Amino acid sequence: MRRVAFAIMLLLALGLRAFAVEPAERLADPALESRARAISATLRCLVCQNESIDDSGASLAHDIRVLLRERLLAGDTDVQARQAIVDRYGDFVLLDPPVKPATYLLWFGPAGMLLASLVGTVVWLRRRPVATPSVAPLTPQEQVRLEGLLREADC
Amino acid sequence: MITELGHFALILALCVSLTQSLVPLIGAARGNLAWMAVGRNAALVQFALVALAMAALMHAYVTSDFSVVNVVENSHTDKPLLYRITGVWGNHEGSMVLWVFMLGVCSAALALFSGNLPPDLRARVLAVQGMIATGFLLFILLTSNPFLRTWPPAANGHGLNPVLQDPGLAFHPPFLYLGYVGFSVGFAFAVAALIEGRVDAAWARWVRPWTLASWCALTIGIAMGSWWAYYTLGWGGWWFWDPVENASFMPWLVGTALIHSSIVVEKRDTMKSWTILLAIITFSLSLVGTFLVRSGVLTSVHSFATDPARGTFILLLLVVAIGGSLTLYAVRAPSLKGGGLFAPVSREGALVLNNLLLSCGCATVLLGTLYPLFLDVVGGPKLSVGFPFFNRTFVPLMVPIILAVGIGPMLSWKRGDLLGALQRLGAAYVAAAVAVMVAFYVTHGGPILAVLGFGLAAWTGAAVVVEWAERVRLFRAPAADSLRRAIHLPRAAYGMSFAHFGLAVSIAGFSASAFDVEAIETVRIGSDLKVAGYVLRLADVQRLPGPNYIADDATVEISRDGGLVAVVHPERRFFPLQQQTTSETAIRTNLLSDLYVALGESDDAGNWTLRAYWKPLVPWIWMGAVIMAFGGMVSLSDRRWRIGAAARARRSGPLLQPAAGE
Repeated sequence: MRRVAFAIMLLLALGLRAFAVEPAERLADPALESRARAISATLRCLVCQNESIDDSGASLAHDIRVLLRERLLAGDTDVQARQAIVDRYGDFVLLDPPVKPATYLLWFGPAGMLLASLVGTVVWLRRRPVATPSVAPLTPQEQVRLEGLLREADC
Repeated sequence: MITELGHFALILALCVSLTQSLVPLIGAARGNLAWMAVGRNAALVQFALVALAMAALMHAYVTSDFSVVNVVENSHTDKPLLYRITGVWGNHEGSMVLWVFMLGVCSAALALFSGNLPPDLRARVLAVQGMIATGFLLFILLTSNPFLRTWPPAANGHGLNPVLQDPGLAFHPPFLYLGYVGFSVGFAFAVAALIEGRVDAAWARWVRPWTLASWCALTIGIAMGSWWAYYTLGWGGWWFWDPVENASFMPWLVGTALIHSSIVVEKRDTMKSWTILLAIITFSLSLVGTFLVRSGVLTSVHSFATDPARGTFILLLLVVAIGGSLTLYAVRAPSLKGGGLFAPVSREGALVLNNLLLSCGCATVLLGTLYPLFLDVVGGPKLSVGFPFFNRTFVPLMVPIILAVGIGPMLSWKRGDLLGALQRLGAAYVAAAVAVMVAFYVTHGGPILAVLGFGLAAWTGAAVVVEWAERVRLFRAPAADSLRRAIHLPRAAYGMSFAHFGLAVSIAGFSASAFDVEAIETVRIGSDLKVAGYVLRLADVQRLPGPNYIADDATVEISRDGGLVAVVHPERRFFPLQQQTTSETAIRTNLLSDLYVALGESDDAGNWTLRAYWKPLVPWIWMGAVIMAFGGMVSLSDRRWRIGAAARARRSGPLLQPAAGE
């Protein structure tokens, strides 16, 4: 059932595919509008899922864009306006997942992995039998011969 | 009739692949040459059968045989011939047939061109290929059969999703799959080596061309997909860190690491077990990519469960393939002893760093892609992970590797001189500094990270040139001598230079996206839209019929400083069958920037929404990818793959002796 509903939604979204940000939606105040654009680029369209509401042509994305602009017009800060959307649609709407205990693994995982693999590499390099190329310095004769060879190679 | 032939061919292919996976393996274990030789013939026969099945399915599509369920669901008589053919792989069942077909191509090529392999290794490699084919053929026949009939036949089909009716997307899956499937050869070699318990320079030399070729195909495939998204979705985005994109990007990242680590195995006889592990992971991620995209599990675990037979089979297949190979690895890898020693600062060290960062990058992408699913399974909150996460975690991981791309090739094997290399790269610092300053000036102090991105691109590009100049002793030796050196430089060296240079070109393209200029307005016919110094006049919009759609075709005149530059035709296409509208954007490129025009909706009173972007350097993203793939191909043409590959240390023992006594 859920799947059918989703398919219908998708069909509607694609069928009625309009443009993202329509001229009519935009706010008169350019500063406010650019704040709205910046926020909506970080909100996921719940219908298309692989687009932000700023890019999506789905009607739900349109509704969220309008809602967002209403909040901004009402004097919300960026954080408040975004929170209003999250309150209504859940964390899922955020392309940028919030940092909280459930996402610690997500946010700190990459750094942890990098650290762990760096440590692992260093341990691996150190535990290998160390290569000690005990190279004796060249004798004067060898030095002369080397210079001769290098000069040959140059011309 | 032909459909049934295809169906039977597929069943026969399953029987043959079972033989291919068992007989040569037993032969290799017992030293029976006749049994080992079965692998080659079985691979060729299996290829012929799968090709027949593929041809039968194509025939059903081309002739619009609506008694075949798969054709009814995905084709239509009005569809142009090209999309009737490519529609074969525009759906789950057909794409699986394409997958085994590609696998057949690889196995057959392996069977034909592996005459110089020791017979037991060859037998084992082909046996592993046979096992993979068995798994996939079983999957197709048991859960995703494209040859099922329906009676009475349907009057017409449901058609293909209009978004997929596009040349870019028509050829995107074959390239992608060729890449995925090509990595199976590396995987087969890895498993065979684990069974044998032996990896040496000759092994790496056999594996490398296959990995390189797959990597090239995957690079092209990914670039094609991204280009398609760019010109078709109507908002000019080319990468969204979407799970489907990530699924193809992960094998690419580890595959890139694999190409580099196998160099170390070949040249220095060390990092063996790591390379084996990479080969296994690369193919495992290809499998994960193939299945996760098709199964829908990435959107929601619930959609995965709606088809339990398919889902269970997929999980089982992944567990057997990945779990089995990793178990074998755990058991056998400790016996693989590394040979060559090296100091941390050396070419090997640089390649270790490359592998470390690429693997971490891939793990990050995997984490970000699967985390929502993971939370869902453990009953955590529902959330989504989008581009901001990847920009903040993946991109910083890639910065050091890009810096290292310039330095690594300047270090010598075993023990390198970091300070010396850094000194010799003087020209690269200058290039990077100039690029940053120019970018800063031109963009009026644009986003600092993007400006630094140009610096990275210039650094990498200049370092490639410096490295080449050193090799040919440019300006240090007489010109004729330099020319002679340039001609005799191994193709593999040129391959590396091209690939790294392509990376630089792409990075410049990525960075420039921060400077896009956008204009969206409602425009009346005959009036203008201005973007980045261009004036776009919407001259006319006409309704034109297409083969299976109706188009609103706009005529937009682009002018600059009063002079007409070009006339372009963005379209909106309405597909009545699916009740869908697609946007056919018009892109005017001069290779330095794109002017991107898309037509929106009208209010039926002659007002149209027009969307235009000026996108500097955006073509460089794909040009870079093409240069990278070209580099891979140049490297493939190196003569060392063709000669001397058989120069493997002769082994003692009964394995190579003809099994006369049996």
